[in-house]
Amino acid sequence: MLNTYVVHVENKPGVLTRVASLFRRRAFNIDSLTVGRTEKPEVSRMTITVDADRDQARRIEANLYKLVNVLLVENITHQPSIVRDLAMIKVAATHEARSHVLELASVFRARVVDVAPESLTIEITGTEDKIDGLLEVLRPYGVLEMVRTGIVAMRRGKSASAVNTAPDDQDIAGADVSYSV
Amino acid sequence: MKDNTPDKGMTGARILWECIEREGAKHVFGYPGGAILPAYDALKHSKIHHVLVRHEQGATHMADGYARACGQVGVAVATSGPGATNMVTGIATAMLDSSPIVCITGQVGSKLIGSDAFQETDITGVTLPITKHNYLVTHANEVARTVREAFYVARSGRPGPVLVDITKDAQQTTCDFDWDAAKPHLPGYRPDLSPAPKEYEQALDLIHNAKRPVILAGHGIIISGAMPEVRDFAERAGIPVALTLLGIGAFPAAHPLNLGMMGMHGEAWVNHTIQEADLLLAFGMRFDDRVTGNLKTYAPNAKKIHIEIDPAEINKNVKVDVPLVGDLAEVLHELLPRVETIDRSEWLDCIDKLKGDSAVRDIQNLPDSGHLYAAHVINDLWRETRDGDTIVVTDVGQHQMWEAQYYKHEKARSLITSGGLGTMGFALPAAIGAKVARPESEVWVVVGDGGFQMTLCELATIVQENLKVNIAIINNGFLGMVRQWQEFFYERNYAATPLLNPDFAKLGEAYGIRSMTVTERSQVVPSVRAAREHDGPVLINFRVEQEDTVYPMVAAGASLHEMIRRPSKIVETAADE
Repeated sequence: MLNTYVVHVENKPGVLTRVASLFRRRAFNIDSLTVGRTEKPEVSRMTITVDADRDQARRIEANLYKLVNVLLVENITHQPSIVRDLAMIKVAATHEARSHVLELASVFRARVVDVAPESLTIEITGTEDKIDGLLEVLRPYGVLEMVRTGIVAMRRGKSASAVNTAPDDQDIAGADVSYSV
Repeated sequence: MKDNTPDKGMTGARILWECIEREGAKHVFGYPGGAILPAYDALKHSKIHHVLVRHEQGATHMADGYARACGQVGVAVATSGPGATNMVTGIATAMLDSSPIVCITGQVGSKLIGSDAFQETDITGVTLPITKHNYLVTHANEVARTVREAFYVARSGRPGPVLVDITKDAQQTTCDFDWDAAKPHLPGYRPDLSPAPKEYEQALDLIHNAKRPVILAGHGIIISGAMPEVRDFAERAGIPVALTLLGIGAFPAAHPLNLGMMGMHGEAWVNHTIQEADLLLAFGMRFDDRVTGNLKTYAPNAKKIHIEIDPAEINKNVKVDVPLVGDLAEVLHELLPRVETIDRSEWLDCIDKLKGDSAVRDIQNLPDSGHLYAAHVINDLWRETRDGDTIVVTDVGQHQMWEAQYYKHEKARSLITSGGLGTMGFALPAAIGAKVARPESEVWVVVGDGGFQMTLCELATIVQENLKVNIAIINNGFLGMVRQWQEFFYERNYAATPLLNPDFAKLGEAYGIRSMTVTERSQVVPSVRAAREHDGPVLINFRVEQEDTVYPMVAAGASLHEMIRRPSKIVETAADE
């Protein structure tokens, strides 16, 4: 099954290579990997999805921890969490089709970010399922180009970061979190 | 210089040696070159003794042998590019056998990185999967902290190799040096895990309910220094002990509970014991395929307790019932007072029965046929050197297995060998490292004629350093272990295994090493005695049976109990007449 890890790493050169190399060397197949900055300048955060059974999943975690630059690994597969993917989809949209495409985009709460004579570019954020759904209904119109970021994920509620965890961490469950797709 | 006031304006090169010295290294093994020259120039300010090797692979094996002989971090030094890439085999060897070494490599100037400059190699990229951790240092002010971290990472937790690549300008430029301010800062590194109380309870439960338990003793015992704890544990709980190749020495060979080596070339009854067991206690070992044979049929009725410092080893090859992740000595300290003494004579009697006629088949108990067998050479060597403080360093192949079978090691760190990677060419340089680490010990290299020729250039290092190292070449004119596999599994098609060798005795003499050739059993003991009495290094070329076979053997992928047994008498080979 697909496992989702949130991996907090030191923000240093070469750390992405170390993580990617680990997956390659131990023959674990990465489905998606994203990396970016966090609220702490010295920490980067990766979201990695990997196809693995339960034993493999535990070993992936243990192996990640063996990397000196890895600070914290959370397997959030079975945790309440927010998971988001972002896609930009360029759809062929001639004069007749345009209003249909716009309608579909609006149903999916996607945004049109570029309009050209022959095409529309739609930006959509959501779970992978939701994006797959939009993609499916747009396909008949002709998807000219598509790019996805891969997923980023965050556990709901209390900050899971044990890295320099502040004692006054607030439980923010429910606050400012959309439960809708 | 050793006080705590920061030093003003030291070069990166001087800081490098100062830190290596403060980390406790008195010797380094290296080979100079352009990108590491500033460091070599600064060596004049240091008390460190530099051993000039003949090939950088040798430097890494020496550092490895040094580390395994004394438990301290070994240091190897090389220049950029080819110097660094020559270290790769030695680094991988240290990685697979959890040996703490620090490799220092020079790198082209930081402005030239990425330009394919002369002798530039991305050595941190190359060694990424075969080091525990590695660093690229581009500023003098990063040298101190990096070297301190490198030593700390190499020696702590499950030890391993760490490479520090230092650009030429980082060696040349100056900065203030403050040892205390350069403390390791590794927020993600946790080498000190320990099991939960519940896991101890579960382990004790299994131990107390087991009828047929066996301890599987690995290298981790020696690394942890847990030899006394393991002995206490085995004696108190009455549990017999089987050893991995790298575990040899962790439990005394003469101890009544010692079963000997298990696995591919372990005694058949040892493997049968494991297959019959109802509880395996894995102490600092990792269920290597050479130890388990076919995993599907491995110890089918046994519960498993795995005491291991590296959590990534848990459930990797063998699914275990209770993992105890932590330092072995500490974990055993917790367990020991709670272990009940249980009479296990029934189980021990049962193991005795499994031994059957194996002693009769033992080559040592067969009449002398006038031929020189490697097993005899090694057994005679053991008889002659058993009372001393002897370190045997073996290479890889048949002689390595015969050594493991016929040299009885009573003490930890008395056998040094490349287990995980199986690196031919390891023995000679590793023995040099061992001798440098423990000059008072008697050091014997036991090496095949194939592996010897991979790193024999280090004979010059032995002579230049005036080291008393004795070399026993087990010379059968073949790549013996490969030949054995060809005999068993490839219809005796001896493709590329016969070796046309030089006269090793003449070769040794050319280096200024006293050398002799032995062809008969009766000459073995006199030659060993002559070697021990001689002041300098000695080389003995033992011309042994050409087509001799290591028995017993579990074929690769076969079940542990399906062994190719030793024939009841020695089969005369084609070379015999």
